[in-house]
Amino acid sequence: MHMADALLSPAVGATLWAGTAAVGGYAAKKLKVQPDDKMIPLMGVLGAFIFAAQLVNFTIPGTGSSGHLGGGMILAIILGPSAAFLVMASVLTVQALFFADGGLLALGCNIWNLGFYPCFLVYPFIYKPWIGSNKRRGRILAASIASVVLTLQLGAFSVVLETLLSGKSDLPFGAFTLLMQPIHLAIGLGEGVVTAGVINYVLSARPELLESMATSRLPGTTLSLRRVLITFAALAVFAGGALSLLASTNPDGLEWSIAKVTGNGELRDTEEGIAQVLKTIQQKTAFLPDYGFRQGVNYQKKPDTPPSRPQIGTGTSVSGLVGAATTLGIIVLIGVGIRSCRGKDAQP
Amino acid sequence: MTFDARYFDIGRLDRLSYGNSFVHRLDPRAKVIATILFLFTVVSFPKYEVAGLAPFFLFPALLLTGGAIPVRFMLRKILIVSPFAVFIGIFNPLLDAQTAVVLCGFAVSAGWLSFLSIMLKFALTVSAALLLIATTSFPGICHALRRLGVPALFVSQLLFLYRYLFVLMEEAMRIIRAREMRSFGSHGAGMKTFVRLLGILFLRTMDRAERIYYAMLSRGFQGDIPTLKRSHIALPDLLFLSVMIVSLGVFRFFPVAEGIGRVVQELF
Repeated sequence: MHMADALLSPAVGATLWAGTAAVGGYAAKKLKVQPDDKMIPLMGVLGAFIFAAQLVNFTIPGTGSSGHLGGGMILAIILGPSAAFLVMASVLTVQALFFADGGLLALGCNIWNLGFYPCFLVYPFIYKPWIGSNKRRGRILAASIASVVLTLQLGAFSVVLETLLSGKSDLPFGAFTLLMQPIHLAIGLGEGVVTAGVINYVLSARPELLESMATSRLPGTTLSLRRVLITFAALAVFAGGALSLLASTNPDGLEWSIAKVTGNGELRDTEEGIAQVLKTIQQKTAFLPDYGFRQGVNYQKKPDTPPSRPQIGTGTSVSGLVGAATTLGIIVLIGVGIRSCRGKDAQP
Repeated sequence: MTFDARYFDIGRLDRLSYGNSFVHRLDPRAKVIATILFLFTVVSFPKYEVAGLAPFFLFPALLLTGGAIPVRFMLRKILIVSPFAVFIGIFNPLLDAQTAVVLCGFAVSAGWLSFLSIMLKFALTVSAALLLIATTSFPGICHALRRLGVPALFVSQLLFLYRYLFVLMEEAMRIIRAREMRSFGSHGAGMKTFVRLLGILFLRTMDRAERIYYAMLSRGFQGDIPTLKRSHIALPDLLFLSVMIVSLGVFRFFPVAEGIGRVVQELF
């Protein structure tokens, strides 16, 4: 499931982008060492393959709903971690742009959730040791189901964490986790079977393909668990630091500045700026004692909002509502106006 | 969404980017940067903000009309991807039933406010991404990313993916059609057939990759995709960016919608 921009806070989005960019840079550097440039077109075409394969549906037995291939794990098995991560990132980028799956700010989260876990965590530490040099069908099936399920569980749990840290949703942690994990368990089982099926099919039809791919991979892809753990610890410290910094300064600072702007009569300046034409009205209201909270809108209490929810109330008054509606109306009018002007231009 | 619809949607977005309006002619880098700033500004609004988000619809409206992008097509695309945000957001009204404001005698709970806020942000962010691709071609965005410091390997990745996307999608479409012609009802739509189909698609992909690689080698491919088009940031691009930054700042830090609302209330 793709994370969405609307549920993200800037701090979480930026942190995950930073993590993704770091991993992506690492992967690109690793691949650059390899002199064989056969890999580049191959990666691109395989990305398109994942894309096309995702469009082919199958019905999940017994449920009637349909599933499709996620792709991270199958790419890691075929291409190895670094290349697979880049391919997954590019697939998700194209999806974010063309289908708006998730969005551009959430792209960092999505690459992390769907690319990092299968390529750099599950494949090198679960799948690869499990399979070893043994290529029996049953073993491949068991290993891929376990890896894909684990990958999707990690991804789903990350979606939960990212949503909660962003604080846009009111879903409590327990309920959200209980909602997400079982769904992804079912999806993971289906996808694991499909992944194993495709790998096994290719192994039986054209065994030399995967062999040649394995040899053309760069030899240095073996990751040490210690280095990954150190990277993780560093990222966690960085993320924690960045988040707490932003969490402590950002809402307060912004809230404070907005409260100052709306509450201390500075709005008057902006209104003058916006509506110079309506100066007569301005002058009429100028000698009212408390400009910001005039009689007409007084009953809904900007000043007596409960202090426990300071974030509500700045834009949610009657004037806020009227203003929002008017603004949208003006915007539509502008759009229609430009369009009709263009139409006239185009006709003669 | 059926396969054919998805396929044609990508094609349509691609064709829209061939337009030649003011918006299309802006440097891709300027548009990429402006889009990122726009996204951060929209998302940075607090959880319960509703009115403050309204002015931001000006940007998609201007890009839509300026770039002559069909409105209905965009709306449909936005609706298609809405389920996840709606699914997560709809719990807010159920869980957060505390009354936040009383508007004209109606008590509005905080949950509905935050839900509405999520929906507005969703519409804004999704339309920003779609408009970026509809007014800037995909290769344009890729070259912009390259010049903004994204690794060359990743960018050529994206370009390859995009080039072969249509080819492989047509391949997949042929496979799907063949399956549909040979299957009745749910027969043939199961996992076993699916795995075989994917396997075949994979083998065809590999063969194609090999042919492509040799064809490229014979034409002098050395691991990088150079571009002939030299783009440079000109005065209109700088103007566009600075207007964007200033108006984003104004809309973010001044309650523009509320101000307009007060003026309107005074008029009536």
